[in-house]
Amino acid sequence: MKMSQSNPDKDDHTSSNKKTISLPISRVRLIMKSSPDVSSINQDALFLTTKATELFVQHLALASFNNGSGKETNTLSYSDLANTAEETETFHFLTDILPKKIFARDYLKSLEQMQEEDTDF
Amino acid sequence: MAERPEDLNLPNAVITRIIKEALPDGVNVSKEARRAISQAASVFVLYATSCANNFAMKAKRKTLNAGDVLAAMEEMEFERFLEPLREALEVYKKGQKGKKEVSEQKRKDKEKKTDSENDKSREEEEEEEERMEEEPEAEEEEEVEN
Repeated sequence: MKMSQSNPDKDDHTSSNKKTISLPISRVRLIMKSSPDVSSINQDALFLTTKATELFVQHLALASFNNGSGKETNTLSYSDLANTAEETETFHFLTDILPKKIFARDYLKSLEQMQEEDTDF
Repeated sequence: MAERPEDLNLPNAVITRIIKEALPDGVNVSKEARRAISQAASVFVLYATSCANNFAMKAKRKTLNAGDVLAAMEEMEFERFLEPLREALEVYKKGQKGKKEVSEQKRKDKEKKTDSENDKSREEEEEEEERMEEEPEAEEEEEVEN
């Protein structure tokens, strides 16, 4: 914003470029490089991965909020995320780091339900 | 390589801002949820990298490129990201091009400057060398005193 005020017509490119991503590319590169079989990453691939990560964060947060029970309390909680990881196919790869907290009695109940559903078929 | 494990985390402040922007106004995000989303984002990067790397390897390339990342998104069933990603890349490339022209201009300016200042900098270098020669002597003196 400040930039466009100081030179309104000159730096159009750079200011719109700044708006496209907010996560630090260098950090994303570090994470990518921590994968042992990756040798090199070109600049476009790095940019796209950074941008995709931002989209992913938005998508995960919004999907979890919409699926979750927090709408009345206006809160996004851990369990909303864990539920989304478990219930949504595309977020399944997150179940390891988003384990569901569940009472044993609820687990047994859901186990029973699953068995009932199975016998329906 | 990452030297500390926290180097593999994404900055919390930025993650929090992205979450807040995605959600309706006034929604609270618990601390636990924020940390979980941040970790999920790191895992997402690794998963995407691994998928993209498979595509690069299949094509016998060593360098991951934009096509590999886009193919990875499809494979991960994040097709919804493809369009915004392509658009962002377009804008980014334009920005890079603009930057290149700017830095090219700066480089040329600098060259002109250094040409005219060349004699001056040479003098400075000589001064630096003289100082370097003096220093060891000073150290020796100190040692004698101790």
